[in-house]
Formats: sequence, structure tokens, C-alpha cells
Amino acid sequence: MFFYTIRRLIGAIMMLVVMSIAVFLLFYASPTDPARLTCGKNCTPQGIAQNRAYLGLNEPLQVQYGHFMKGLFADRKFPDNPKLQKEHPELITKCDAPCLGYSPLQNSTVWAYLKPRLPITLGLTLGAFVMWIFGGVLLGILAALRRGKFVDRLLVSLALIFYSFPTFFISLLLLQTVVFKWGWLQTPGYVSPSAGIGDYLYNMFLPCLTLALVYAAAYIRLTRTYMLETMGEDYLRTARAKGLGNRSIIFKHTLRAALTPILTIAGLDLGALLAGAPITETVFNYPGLGQAAVQSAVTFDLPSTVVIVLLSATFVIVANLIVDLLYAVVDPRVRY
Amino acid sequence: MSDHAPVTPSTPKTSSAPLLEVENLQKHFKQYSQTLIKRAAPPVKAVDGISFALEAGQTLGLVGESGCGKSTAGRTMLRLIEPTGGAIRFNGEDVTKFGTSQLRRMRREMQMVFQDPIGSLNPRHPVGSIIGAPFRIQGVKPPKGVRSEVQSIMERVGLNPEHYNRYPHEFSGGQRQRIGIARAIALQPQLIVCDEPVSALDVSIQAQVVNLLEDLQEEYKIAYVFIAHDLSVVRHISDRVAVMYLGKMMELTDRDVLYATPMHPYTQALMSAVPVPDPDRAEARERIMLSGDLPSPNDPPPGCVFHTRCPKYREQLSDNQREECRTTIPLLEEKQPGHFAACHFAEVRVDSAVTVAAPVAPVAEPQAGGAAGPAEGSGPSLTKS
Amino acid sequence: MPSNIEVVDEPADHGFLDVRDLKVHFPTEDGLVKAVDGVTFTVEQGKTLAIVGESGSGKSVTMQAVMGLHRGTRARMTGEVWLDGVELLGASDSVVRKKRGADMAMIFQDPLSALHPYYSIGNQIGEAYLVHNKASRKQARARTIEMLDRVGIPNAKRRVDQYPHEFSGGMRQRAMIAMALINNPKLLIADEPTTALDVTVQAQILELMKDLQRDFQAAIVMITHDLGVVADIADDMMVMYGGKGVETGTSSEVFFQASHPYTWGLLNSMPRLDRVRAQRLDPIPGTPPSLINLPSGCSFHPRCAFVEKVGHDGRCKNELPELYPVSAAHEARCFLVDQNQLEALRNQTVEEPA
Repeated sequence: MFFYTIRRLIGAIMMLVVMSIAVFLLFYASPTDPARLTCGKNCTPQGIAQNRAYLGLNEPLQVQYGHFMKGLFADRKFPDNPKLQKEHPELITKCDAPCLGYSPLQNSTVWAYLKPRLPITLGLTLGAFVMWIFGGVLLGILAALRRGKFVDRLLVSLALIFYSFPTFFISLLLLQTVVFKWGWLQTPGYVSPSAGIGDYLYNMFLPCLTLALVYAAAYIRLTRTYMLETMGEDYLRTARAKGLGNRSIIFKHTLRAALTPILTIAGLDLGALLAGAPITETVFNYPGLGQAAVQSAVTFDLPSTVVIVLLSATFVIVANLIVDLLYAVVDPRVRY
Repeated sequence: MSDHAPVTPSTPKTSSAPLLEVENLQKHFKQYSQTLIKRAAPPVKAVDGISFALEAGQTLGLVGESGCGKSTAGRTMLRLIEPTGGAIRFNGEDVTKFGTSQLRRMRREMQMVFQDPIGSLNPRHPVGSIIGAPFRIQGVKPPKGVRSEVQSIMERVGLNPEHYNRYPHEFSGGQRQRIGIARAIALQPQLIVCDEPVSALDVSIQAQVVNLLEDLQEEYKIAYVFIAHDLSVVRHISDRVAVMYLGKMMELTDRDVLYATPMHPYTQALMSAVPVPDPDRAEARERIMLSGDLPSPNDPPPGCVFHTRCPKYREQLSDNQREECRTTIPLLEEKQPGHFAACHFAEVRVDSAVTVAAPVAPVAEPQAGGAAGPAEGSGPSLTKS
Repeated sequence: MPSNIEVVDEPADHGFLDVRDLKVHFPTEDGLVKAVDGVTFTVEQGKTLAIVGESGSGKSVTMQAVMGLHRGTRARMTGEVWLDGVELLGASDSVVRKKRGADMAMIFQDPLSALHPYYSIGNQIGEAYLVHNKASRKQARARTIEMLDRVGIPNAKRRVDQYPHEFSGGMRQRAMIAMALINNPKLLIADEPTTALDVTVQAQILELMKDLQRDFQAAIVMITHDLGVVADIADDMMVMYGGKGVETGTSSEVFFQASHPYTWGLLNSMPRLDRVRAQRLDPIPGTPPSLINLPSGCSFHPRCAFVEKVGHDGRCKNELPELYPVSAAHEARCFLVDQNQLEALRNQTVEEPA
């Protein structure tokens, strides 16, 4: 188990490094020139050249990559060029480790741009995750236990309906009914947790619910399928032949086996969602990572885009690593 | 570890080469140790030096318990799995040296029937196209067309030719096995490797399929390598029988000799363990019990691979003799003319009442076998008939 | 004493396990599957009954019905199942659940799939003890180790914490047996317990079961398709075909005085190590019947060679045969018995040159 963990860990790190190289290459080899973009309307060739030097784009790609990686562990200063720094000390922007680069469009370091967005996305995603896992799995179990009966059909059709609705529609629907028509909740707007944890949770509820509904729909069906599959296993017949009660049969024997494949999917879903839920964030006007991703993409803010892509890749890879390790805890056959 | 080849136990005294001659065939699967860095570990010797010869139109039975390597051996013979070492001579030519095109031509003559008639038939293809596939793949054009040829094959194996367009799931287990057999005989091969072809079938259906295989052999002079764990079925269908254990051949001889006078302690134990459908004999006979489980093929015992479970080693051998079992790998040697065994102390057991050699006293009450029941009253035949 | 069909019309007088006219039907989209269609037998304590039949004969479904494993499914069950004087088919779920694993236990064909892959052997066996006994986990564990030891698992103290995939096939089946016997059940049902095992391991397991029966004095019902296993272990046997028992009696009666053409067919179609090698096997023609559209009359008649001998305008096709007594401890569901033609046929067979 120890070696297994270490091996997986090394694998994940290698994967991240390869990922970062690929992303770096892809973006900085792209035809859009950041120097041209930051130069503004009345741009002269000299302006572009100046920007180019300022952004460090004259360096070979591998040197730029080296700077970027080094910045993760050491402070950097922009412009990353001793000569320019000496000539224009007033232009220097300090970037403390972990430094993820500098975005000329935002006129700040990328980290300064993204940092306040992290807790928003994190709260949104984790809140939704807890809701959809509990809701989806419990309702999925219910559907499986009542297979073919009314409850089952109702749940399966509802799941299908919610799954086929676009996210923005669900969020608008929720806003329209729960907030405006019935007035059960006030219009949510982002409140920092430091301003009161109760307020924070209250305002998080509706956006989380929106995301959770979409995912829960999928998880109801997944759980139902895997539960039914497990119920047909020989070892459940053994469990019943032992004289076990229903609760033990359902939760100890069936659910544990059925949860294993769900765990894998849940990990990947969570990882992917941590990079931001642009639509939900936009509808509720929550300035999270998703919004930033959309913005930086449409404005060709390459340094920010690179970091966001790398972040989301990291989330997925880490989530995958955790799932793999959990898998080994859940299923003794995976241990080495 | 000595991996040197034992003598080839080829029986034929005829001048021409046998149809299939396997010499010191080996299949080792690579293994890796699971620590921080993957390292090559000693390979799993799934098949570790088996040799035999098979004449045209004859059947070699390959018996052994699960994990003994008999299925791997069967697949390796056809090069469905690449052998690690050894030679496979088919009609005198070494198949292991064949290139792709030669191999493809060779497949015309060597076919396979699998245990699982469901898993080995593509569920999306109608049986007509499954049975006709060999014609397409080999580019063979039968004179009256593929369809009529396939239908006559279907008829031959006892399938209704009108079911040409049905799908595998519409057939019962026994019929599916007939489809598998039909596909194998389509090009009238000289050799078919049958891997547990009847073990998934019910007793009454099993007999139908065994009879079919025998009829086809008679008609087309096909040679079979018949791989099975059921000693009774193997005895029924084989001319010669090889017993395998942990990748090695333990004993090889003619069917009647093997079943009447097995020399290897493993064969003796195996035969004594087969339950016979006769309550009186079941009570009377004594079983040779093997202790413990099959050792892991990843880490086989040194010396004779069987010594850890061998009743003879446990009960009859002296310390010096045991030492030999533990240190020296016994080679497959001709202990008696045509009778090969891989045991330092192979001998026919005096109390071989445990095996079929025990005289079959005519059953007191006659079997109310109706029209059938040829076994009554006839004495045992210990020698070759 | 031989214990098979109860001919007595005394409802209060039950055998230890007494199954009467049990029917298990499953409604499906294709029609009603009559998996078990009127099965009657008894087993006494300390005795072993073997139920023999091919796949689809209803042998497993019968015993799963006894265990109450069809409860909560769509199966329609009628008849009576008496265990030690208590009727189970009409009893409430909780009554049956308390008996399951305590008074009656079952082991299955493939011990790898019958054991939960995620829980240790000790956990799963101990669980069976804890459901039916007020005991601590520690006590359950001690009892588990004791049972593992009893069924011949070496190093029980260490192996109790291992998982099913770390056991060999034979050891897994031993563990299953330990699980089944941990509450000293009075009835042990074994569903093809050795079919998935190698022949040398099968021999070990059969020896173990015989040995344990001497100790535990349980009634054993052994479901199998292997007549060799029957001869080895069973006191009585019942041959099933198309959801019905077609021949019952003591093993030696059925083996040596087989009285149903299907039993003859089974005995003759298998190659036998205890006989001179037959030149040719003698299969039963045709295929087992569809349980949705069972043949009329005797369900074996389409495959039977004796329909002509029975005669009477196709009695086999038109009339459902009952179980007719062959001797005191032996019955067969065939008109040949009813019409006293059996002896004549037997003599004829003997006179025929082999």
C-alpha cells in the first residue's frame, strides 16, 4: 500500500509537469501575440517591441517555461529582465511565491487576479458536491429498492428532465420561483465567509442547489444502476442466506460495492467543477474561477488562461489521485 | 534452475513425421515486482517444456487441474499465444518460424474449439456468417458457394440449415457448441485443438457433443488435442493422454495404459479422486488424498513441482529420496516402452484398487439401462484392446 | 431409515425437512416460467439427500424457496415447507429471516462470487454469528477462528483477517462451510458446492462434509448434476426433470434399480471411469424442455424411447404420470412402473448381448 501510494504520487506529479509543458507550448506558440494585444489601439512597432521585452517574450520558450516553474517556489519581479528593472524601477510589480505570472491585461499578477475567486468557486463546488452526493445517492438507492414501482419511475423521469435542462435554465427557474414568486429566499449575492458564516451559507444555498440538481440527476441514475447490478451478485444472496436484516444488506453489502464506481466518477466531476462553473457563476453573478476563465479566454489574457487551465488540470489530477487511493482503501483487491 | 529439454517422447516408429510434434514447448509470462520501481521478476512458467507427438486422425488428451497450463499450451500450439521457446512441427515444418502469411495458410489446417460457446461467438453476427467466416478470411470459394457449403456443414453437425440467419443467443448451450465446431471444421482442417469443449454442458448434451466430435474425426480424419479437466471424458475420447501439473508434463502414455497402470503419484491421486456413480464402489475404494493447495505458479516449488503435495513423498520415501525430489527436477522419461513419467520414483501402485484398474465386478443388479448399457458383465481390460 | 416421500396422510406427522407439493412460478414477459412444479420430499436429521438434475430442472430454485430467498421477488410459491415442525412458506418474513443462517444454512457453487470481495473472511463469517447471537465482536472472532480451524484452514488466526481473493478455491469453499455451520444449523443446503473446484480439492471438500455431518448431525441437501458426487455422499436421492421429481429413493435403490428412463439416460450418457470404456456414449436425444411450454403429459416423453412400450394411445403424451412406488423406499414418475412393465424391460436388457 505504501509503495502503491508513492507510485501513484510520482505518477501524478509527472503528469502535471507534462501537462504544464503542453499547455505552455500550446498557448505561447499560438498565433495571437500578447505583446500586440497589450499595446492598445495606436500601436507602433516600437510599442510592440517594448511590450515584448517587458513581458519577457523575447526569451526562448524553454527559458520562459523555466521562469514560470521557478516562480512557483521563488519570488519574481516583473518585468522579468534585470536591464528593464534598472531602467524603469517604477514599473516593477512584485510577485511573491507561488508566482503564477503576470497579466498585463489585468495589470496585476495572475495570482492576485485569481486568489479572491478561489474561495467562491471552492465553496460553490463543495457545497453542491455534498448536496448532490447525498441527494443523488439516497434517491438512487430508493429508486433501486422500489424498482419498477411508482417512486422509481418518478425519480427516473425527474432525473431525466433535470439532466436535460441546461444549467442556466435551472438557475433561472429557481430564481424565478423560490426567490421572486414564492419569496422563500432573498436574492443571493456573494458574501465573504468572514462577514458571517450564516450569511455566507444562506447566500451559497441557491447557487449550490442549482449545480447539485444537475449532477444529482445523473447520480440518481448511476446509483440506481449500480445498486441493481450489485443486488444481482451472488454475495448478496449469501448475505440474505445468513439471515441479515435489510439495513445491513442494503448499506453494508450492497451500497459499499455499488459506491466504488460512483466514487471514480464523483472524483472526476468534482475535480472538473473546481475549475469553475461559469454559467452558474454568471447567472448568480458570483465572481468565481469560471467567470475568470471565460473572461480571460475572450480577452486573450494568455497568462491568466494558462494558469486557469493548469489549475483545472491540477484539480482533476489530484482528484483522480485521491480517488485511486480511496479505491485501494475501499476495495482490498486493489492493494498491493 | 535447469530448463534443458527432456527427450522427445515421440512414439511413432513409422518413417514419416507425425502430424504434430511439440518439443520442449515453453510459454513464460513476464512478471514485474510491485515496489517503487517496476522490476522484472522471475517469469511465470505457465508452460514449461512439454513434448509430445500426435498422429493424423488421433486424439491426444491433455488433462490437469486449473492452473496447470493446459489451456495456455493449447493456444501456444496454434500460435494464438507466441511460445517462449521450443518447437512445434506441423507436418514436419516448424510453425514457430512461420511468418504472417505462412501462419495464415497454416490456420486452414489448425483450428480451435473453445469452452465457452457464448463468449467465443460474436453475438452480432448470424450463425451463417460465423460458420462461413473461415471461407472469407482464407479466400476459399467452395464450388457451390459459401452459403450452400455452410448449410451442409450445419446439417453435418446437427444444426437446422434453415437457422442460417439466426443469432447465437437464439440457440441453446449445446447448439452453440455445435456452431463453434461447425466453424472449426468448415475448412476441413487436419488438427483441432478443443479447449474444454464439453465442460460447460449438461451431461446428456455433453454426450451428444462428444459423439459428434468422434464422428467428425472418423469422417474427416481430424486429429484432436482435447484439453479437459474431466478424466472420464478424456479417457473416452483420447488415444493418448498427457497429464499436466504446474506447467509441466507429469505423465504421457496410451490411454488404456494410463488409466489401468498410472505410474506418477499425481496421476494416481487424480484418478482416485474422481467420484464414480456407484455407491458401493464409492464406499469401498480408498482415495489418495492430496494435502494442501496447488502452489502458486508464480513461485513453484524447487525440484519436482509436485513434491509439496505428493503422497508418496510424504509417506513412502526415505530422507535421501526426498532430498532428490526437492533438489532435482525429474525429467519426462520412458519408464516402460511408450510410457513416460516425470517422477524419480514412478511405479505402478500395488494397491491400485484406487484407480480404474480395479476389476469391475459385474454389478450385482443389472442396470435397467433400457436399450442401452453395454458395460454390463464384461471384465476389465487392463491392456490395450 | 430411508426417508423420502411421505405417503402418510397424517398432516401432523412431519419429517424434519418436509417439502410438500412445492411450486415456484415466475411471471415473465414471455409467459409463466414453472421453475418448480410440484416437488415433494423429506430429509431426516443426520441424513443427506441429493437432488440431481440438469440445468433448468428446478433443483436450485427448489432449495432457494426452502431458504425463503425468493421472498420479495415476483415468484409465486405454493405448497408447504416444514422445518422441524414449523411451516415456512406461509410464515412471516421475520420468522424466516431468524431461521436463515441459524437453523438452516446454505453454501453455493462459486465461493469466490458468493463471498463479498470487500470484507475480510473473518468479518463475513463473524457477521453470520453476530446476527443470531448476542455476542461481542471479540467473541464472534474467537468463534470464527474456531470454525475456520474446524474446517481445516491452516493458520486460522492469521487467515481470518485475509480477504476472499487471497484464498484458494478450496479454502474459500471451506470458509463458506465454516460460515454456514457457525450457528450449528440443523439443515445445510449445498448448491453444487464442488462444481467449481478441481477434482482433488472436490475430494477434500466431500470428505470434510461427511466428517462434519457426523459431528453436527445436520440434515444435508446436496444439489448436484454429478452422479459421482451423489454416489459418494448421499443416503437418498431425488432426480428432477422439468421442475418435478421424477425418481426418488435411497441412493443404492436409484443407482442399482433405476426406474425412470431419464435416470437411465443420465447414467448411460456419462463416460465412466469405473467401467470398461464404452465404444460410444449413449446420449439422451433432444434438449431439456422449455419451462414456459412444458410438454403435455409426461414432460420427458419427447425425449423418451419407451413411449411406444407404454402404449395406450399415447398415454405418455396425454396423461400426467404420478409418482408410482417401485419398492418401499423408491418411487418413479413413469407409466412403466404403473403398468408393471419394468421387470420385463430389465430382463430383456440383461438378455441382450452387450
